[in-house]
Amino acid sequence: MEILDGIVKAFQLIISGDSRVLEITLRSLFVSSTATVFAILWGIPIALFLGTKNFQGKIFVKGFFNTMIGIPTVGLGLILFLVFSKAGPLGLLHLLYTPTAIIIGEAILIMPIIVSFATTAIESVDPEIMNLAKTLGASDDQASFAVLKEALNGIITAGIASFNRAIAELGIALMVGGNIAGLTEVLTTTISNETAKGNLELSIALAIILLTLVFGITLVTLAVSSIRRRRK
Amino acid sequence: MNWIAELKDITKIFDGITALDSVNLQIREGEILALLGPNGSGKTTLLKILALLEKPTKGEVYFCGKKVTDKNMPQLRMESTLVFQKTILFNTTVYGNVAYGLKVRKLPKNKIDNEVSKALKIVKLEGFEKRQVKKLSGGEQQRVALARALALNAKLLLLDEPTANLDPKNASIIEEVIATANRELKTTIVMATHNMFQAKKLPHRIALITNGKISEVGTPAEIFGRLSKTLASFAAVENTFTGTAKVTEDGTTLVDIGNDVQIVATVQSSGKVSVFVSPEDIILSKSRFESSARNVFKGRIVEILDLGSVVKLKVDVGKSFTVQITKRSFNEMGLNINTEVFLAFKASSVQII
Repeated sequence: MEILDGIVKAFQLIISGDSRVLEITLRSLFVSSTATVFAILWGIPIALFLGTKNFQGKIFVKGFFNTMIGIPTVGLGLILFLVFSKAGPLGLLHLLYTPTAIIIGEAILIMPIIVSFATTAIESVDPEIMNLAKTLGASDDQASFAVLKEALNGIITAGIASFNRAIAELGIALMVGGNIAGLTEVLTTTISNETAKGNLELSIALAIILLTLVFGITLVTLAVSSIRRRRK
Repeated sequence: MNWIAELKDITKIFDGITALDSVNLQIREGEILALLGPNGSGKTTLLKILALLEKPTKGEVYFCGKKVTDKNMPQLRMESTLVFQKTILFNTTVYGNVAYGLKVRKLPKNKIDNEVSKALKIVKLEGFEKRQVKKLSGGEQQRVALARALALNAKLLLLDEPTANLDPKNASIIEEVIATANRELKTTIVMATHNMFQAKKLPHRIALITNGKISEVGTPAEIFGRLSKTLASFAAVENTFTGTAKVTEDGTTLVDIGNDVQIVATVQSSGKVSVFVSPEDIILSKSRFESSARNVFKGRIVEILDLGSVVKLKVDVGKSFTVQITKRSFNEMGLNINTEVFLAFKASSVQII
């Protein structure tokens, strides 16, 4: 009965537009999407390089990023905690227990997903697309952009997978964010914390929101890309 | 005579393999020059160097009277464009493809629309603007690629095997467009081909290229007028055979190409010759039928190559002949490897050099 009661109250919380639920949800969305944007900004140039250039040791670099996809968040969280802590190399910046620290940590966590997925997508584009764009008058940058445009579906998939990983991870947000009420609480850390405290209704409400977000975004993307494909 | 482009002592080495070896070539303004040579002879590399997409390992490239340097390369690249052998299209609409180069050149929208529809008209794809390129046939796609190049009004148009693997209808449209572009738009054209008939028909000059070297340059009459050793050496082209010819009593020529295969030709010739029969000129049947064709051979299918709308078959009749038929005929006739078939072609379809 306790569980059923929790679910009912959870829905009431969501429907009533509870300010704490809203604040945590918005912070989660902000942190994860900012991390995804940063990961894309520094992951795509790497993917473009790996996908279009050949060099010795390329297989090791690709292997490194592939392995990094599965890195345990708690492990990365601990490393970042040490880096950001007072005695750590970046301690002077006072980033520990701030949303910025979570953003940096999650961006590092998901970059390998972006790099690996986008590299595969770029490699599947005809290698002559770059030359084609150039012979039609494009500059080097415009030609690279033409390649990215051809790989767009794969890059969008990479972005969605990264965002989902960021919003759903717990280890980094907990270790460098600290789950401070009103400052660094995000969906996963609050669910974990409130469940431990026995506050099931809030946990369930946030879990419903988290799952809805992840499913909803994935479904919308799948639907959009299937419409795009049907048009082609 | 003005040169539009000039290659001076060009050598290109890829991973230790010499693709081009001390090539000297001048392209005259307003001409159609064919680069004739077998696969792997360096034609594509030569075109990419002319398109300023590849830098030579050694040698100098001059374009519109200027020596090409790293600095002026992007600017000079705007004056020429290359149509690749394999049709490469951006995954978007026909309009998106044809307009690409014009958008890069920052032309106003109404001018772009105008140029796109003009170019599509030339390649006989009027009104195709909104179609998705992936939904077009192979021949139509290659025509979009050609329209995309024509829309730029570049001074130099480079074509790599423009009709390779196309059915005869699309191939002839493309050949017509090439001739029109040269005649009416005064576009200088360099086209790579391994198709001798195309080389005979379209260009003003031919450069023979084998193993990365240009061996001869001349008019089609000069090149085909004598039995060129280079030409004969890459007679590995489809349905090209060497043999001994003699003129028969009825005035036709009988060419013995070995393995008991004798070909009748209407052109009179004797001695050692090379003969060609175009794969499209051969009729394939499952039984022997009476016709006016003087050459009829029985054989078996040894290879099937599916090219989309057309299928190329290799038929062993003692010598291996390549025959091109439509996919529909192929399916309706229920052909397969080892199927016994008859090949027939007219004596007038046989070309001798």
